[in-house]
Amino acid sequence: MGYQGHFRVWRGSDQGGGLEDFTVEVNEGEVVLDVIHRLQATQTPDLAVRWNCKAGKCGSCSAEINGKPRLLCMTRMSVFAEDETVTVTPMRTFPVIRDLVTDVSYNYRKAREIPSFKPPAGVAPGEYRMQQVDVERSQEFRKCIECFLCNNTCHVIRDHEENKESFAGPRFLMRVAELEMHPLDEADRVAQAQSSHGLGLCNITKCCSDVCPEHIKITDNALIPMKERVADQRYDPIVWLGNKLFRRS
Amino acid sequence: MRAQIAQRTLRTDRWWLPPLATFVGLLLISIYAAVRTFMGDYYWVDEYRYLTPMYSPCLSEECLPAAAHFGRPLPELPGFLTPPVVIIPFLLGFRVTCYYYRKAYYRAAWMSPPACAVAEPHAKYTGETRFPLIAQNLHRYFFYAASLLLLINIYDAGYAFSTGVGLGNLVLLANVGLLAAYTLSCHSCRHIVGGQLKHFSKHPVRYWAWTQISKLNAKHMQLAWASLIFVCVTDLYVALVASGTISDLRFVN
Amino acid sequence: MPELERHSFDVLVIGAGGAGLRAAIEAREHGMRTAVLCKSLFGKAHTVMAEGGIAAAMGNVNSNDSWQVHFRDTMRGGKFLNNWRMAELHAREAPDRVWELETYGALFDRTKDGRISQRNFGGHEYPRLAHVGDRTGLELIRSLQQKVVSLQQDDFAETGDYESRLKVFQEFTVTDLVLDDGRVAGAFGYWRESGRFVLFEAPAVVLATGGIGKSFKVTSNSWEYTGDGHALALRAGASLINMEFVQFHPTGMVWPPSVKGILVTESVRGDGGVLRNSDGKRFMFDYIPEVFKDKYADNEAEADRWYADPEHNRRPPELLPRDEVARAINSEVKAGRGSEHGGVFLDVSTRLPAEEITRRLPSMHHQFKELADVDITAQPMEVGPTCHYVMGGVQVDPDTGASSVPGLFAAGEVSGGMHGSNRLGGNSLSDLLVFGRRAGAGASGYVSELSARPVCSSEAVAEAERVAVAPFSGSDEGGENPYTLHMELQQAMNDLVGIIRKAEEMDQAIKRLDELKRRAATLVVEGHRQFNPGWHLALDLRNMLVVSECVAKAALMRTESRGGHTRDDYPQMEADWRRKLLVCRLPGADGPGASVEVVEEPQIPIRSDLLELFEHAELQKYLTADELEG
Repeated sequence: MGYQGHFRVWRGSDQGGGLEDFTVEVNEGEVVLDVIHRLQATQTPDLAVRWNCKAGKCGSCSAEINGKPRLLCMTRMSVFAEDETVTVTPMRTFPVIRDLVTDVSYNYRKAREIPSFKPPAGVAPGEYRMQQVDVERSQEFRKCIECFLCNNTCHVIRDHEENKESFAGPRFLMRVAELEMHPLDEADRVAQAQSSHGLGLCNITKCCSDVCPEHIKITDNALIPMKERVADQRYDPIVWLGNKLFRRS
Repeated sequence: MRAQIAQRTLRTDRWWLPPLATFVGLLLISIYAAVRTFMGDYYWVDEYRYLTPMYSPCLSEECLPAAAHFGRPLPELPGFLTPPVVIIPFLLGFRVTCYYYRKAYYRAAWMSPPACAVAEPHAKYTGETRFPLIAQNLHRYFFYAASLLLLINIYDAGYAFSTGVGLGNLVLLANVGLLAAYTLSCHSCRHIVGGQLKHFSKHPVRYWAWTQISKLNAKHMQLAWASLIFVCVTDLYVALVASGTISDLRFVN
Repeated sequence: MPELERHSFDVLVIGAGGAGLRAAIEAREHGMRTAVLCKSLFGKAHTVMAEGGIAAAMGNVNSNDSWQVHFRDTMRGGKFLNNWRMAELHAREAPDRVWELETYGALFDRTKDGRISQRNFGGHEYPRLAHVGDRTGLELIRSLQQKVVSLQQDDFAETGDYESRLKVFQEFTVTDLVLDDGRVAGAFGYWRESGRFVLFEAPAVVLATGGIGKSFKVTSNSWEYTGDGHALALRAGASLINMEFVQFHPTGMVWPPSVKGILVTESVRGDGGVLRNSDGKRFMFDYIPEVFKDKYADNEAEADRWYADPEHNRRPPELLPRDEVARAINSEVKAGRGSEHGGVFLDVSTRLPAEEITRRLPSMHHQFKELADVDITAQPMEVGPTCHYVMGGVQVDPDTGASSVPGLFAAGEVSGGMHGSNRLGGNSLSDLLVFGRRAGAGASGYVSELSARPVCSSEAVAEAERVAVAPFSGSDEGGENPYTLHMELQQAMNDLVGIIRKAEEMDQAIKRLDELKRRAATLVVEGHRQFNPGWHLALDLRNMLVVSECVAKAALMRTESRGGHTRDDYPQMEADWRRKLLVCRLPGADGPGASVEVVEEPQIPIRSDLLELFEHAELQKYLTADELEG
């Protein structure tokens, strides 16, 4: 049942580091996180890894396995051949703290930049009425466990550090979409999506949707609908012409 | 400081295969379309009234009168230009600004990014924020134009039945079916039909339409390829029959 | 100590789950400068694991529901051992707390007329659980998190600093509370990443640290659940009550080994899932206890009719309170009628169409598919009991969450009394909100009435630091490894103080705990303080050991079976015991050999108008003749 698996794990800190090789026991039914824990218990007591629920619900154990952004707790060892070397590295887009743990504060910063839910004026708590079909779109986005794998894989910031300033990343553009589609939210979010949160930087290459462990259709259901709403407001030539002709701002 | 990893990617699968396949596919189809466009011939089978979708509508002086279902309002085109150049900007515009094709060629041709979690080769990236790529936002207007052309294609396919039924009729019919599915599954269409609404519950009909379009939309990529390839197949069939290389298989008449 | 980082706040909230965040929001809204300290990242707390829903008598689905009915269900579920005032406040205020979440942006599933939809759950007479599919905990934590952000945005607009009034310190562990003359003066702890020590000076601390599940081998709880708040309170001089009551959730995953214990939500049963043994028999009909006979169906036909027509049929026995179901599964497995991996079968695939299952139970479908390679729309799940929740906790004033230590408050799982001997599903999330808010307000009230702020003496801080670094200088001869010790503790608690308990086994457990405590004094950790999981575990062990001792000692003393405490040698529930609380304290707080002591104290009698909510015949099952007369 069990076998000796080959692992290659990135170890180091912001001062530098590299891949280290390990041979470690792997048993039936295990996930990559189990093996990382075995390494911790038997060979590398100070191997840093962030984790929590072990059931794919909290989004703590994000990392990259064989180069692909994934949750360590949701990657079963059975997807690898027994003689395959499994390479585990920290998320690339965020600064590393130690080993597999990265500094994800970028995400919390971006979360703060998005204006919060604006409750409907004059509707008391308990008086909110919403239809199921109207909440379902936002509910899909609220399935997000904030593992930040989408932001990690998005080339806009993964390959271009300088864009972090102006780009909220798929996670938080989806948050804007969620509020925009919330049946009772009263704020207008479309113009800001383009001007403050960097929607225009997205070139819809869909890697965020590919890596989402919750299988949220980020691109099709959040980003593209937001782009279409922006087009409604900003790139409708007829509206544009009207504004020019009649000097509306 | 990010973790220092020298490799551009640590992916061990053949991540380069899908973009390569996409690139080759798009290239071959572009070459075929260019050749056929500038051929300026074999687009009309007079006997069975087959008109290739690439030449529909045929609007300029050099069009065969029988193939010009809507008359020939345009003068003869100068130089090497052929009738399709009138409509191609709209067809091409629809496909080029399509959200699926954008993904396809950004990845395959521009390598931005070549595949997920594979570093792109460009030093700077501004996405679709400035000219020319900001024009991608005009997709919905191309959608309107393409819908109009689709209606004309449907008319052509129907018109061809006036002489009987042959394999060519079925090809034309399948072609407009695929084109219709692709056009309807477009993200802009999904938005206009219902996606733009904040409260579905107040618009039950549009909501129903939106759910149907959404189902099609999930297959937008497959439809994009199927319809693109089938347009070429249809065109090739018409060209082969028009040039007398093969004869149409007739079922009625 | 030159490297000591210091911060000063009005209210310190330890824990960032539902109770902690709700307390922090309340304290900030009362104008307190508030800090939240949490071991994980902000938004990852164990609350996200809650699946079923939030119990609140809003009456959206069945208008017969009211706070009185909810109160009754809660008391019944807890076998009348609950602190009646907490149960009352909880039942009365839960609906407001849920509606408040909507103003934070929460999106619950809806009824046809646009209200919050409510679902059935074990022990609740009417459909009562507000939910979002089966990820309600995530919705709750995200809504509170987003409310925190929203308050921070307000502060930013006003002061130019997001964190001027409400700040979250994440991946931070508190090791000790600092006292000044018996009052709370602050908290001492370390950054998990750097190991750097920090002193927080604050006159009020709200404990919202959750439970103690990591002391048991099979548990649904994550690594964070090491009883930190329970232990901090004990060491500060507060008392814990009801620690013998530990809830084993009847349905945890049993395979594969790496996810053993992870929860399978009760909504699977609420939505029609049934339990079968290896003979294919729906065995729960054999396990309906006398007190529930008139509320639960005794045949399959009636049970099945109930889903469509709850008015005229009795509930299926799969929806009995958790303790009953857990014991039933335990018995079936022991009798050799278990599944391949030592559980029983929970089947929803033959009860609902596949589409309906994926719509109602999306994350269960996902969890089984990804972790166990089981498609629950086509196959049954294998499930078994898992340590899930501790009913016991810090003894608090129901209205303010104040403990007996001035300045120390507690809310959520770490507090005790609300759930009596057994918690109903869905009552946890509402508990977090109701008492999180009350503790936040209680702490704010306490701080605003202080005339002088207590002071953290340098001696107290030095002592806290000494204790924290002790594992690095452990004696060479002992050289105990924290991982080994932890495994032994979990094994002992699971085997000897588990679902079914006996006097001899618990005696043995107490001896083992003594020995483990002795060995823990010689724990040795290698390396340095920078992210060192071994060191973290060594410090957590100190908490787990003292809390486990409370559980074992209290369990030994209570010679009856009630709710989450089942004695093989005393299988009956005794009305006399209902009047007694077992209270756990730690005299000589931090002395190395200090042992907890458990004493009997009288339970507060239930207010008469609340008693009148029950039929006399029902009260006879729980109360003594004395009480019934009085």
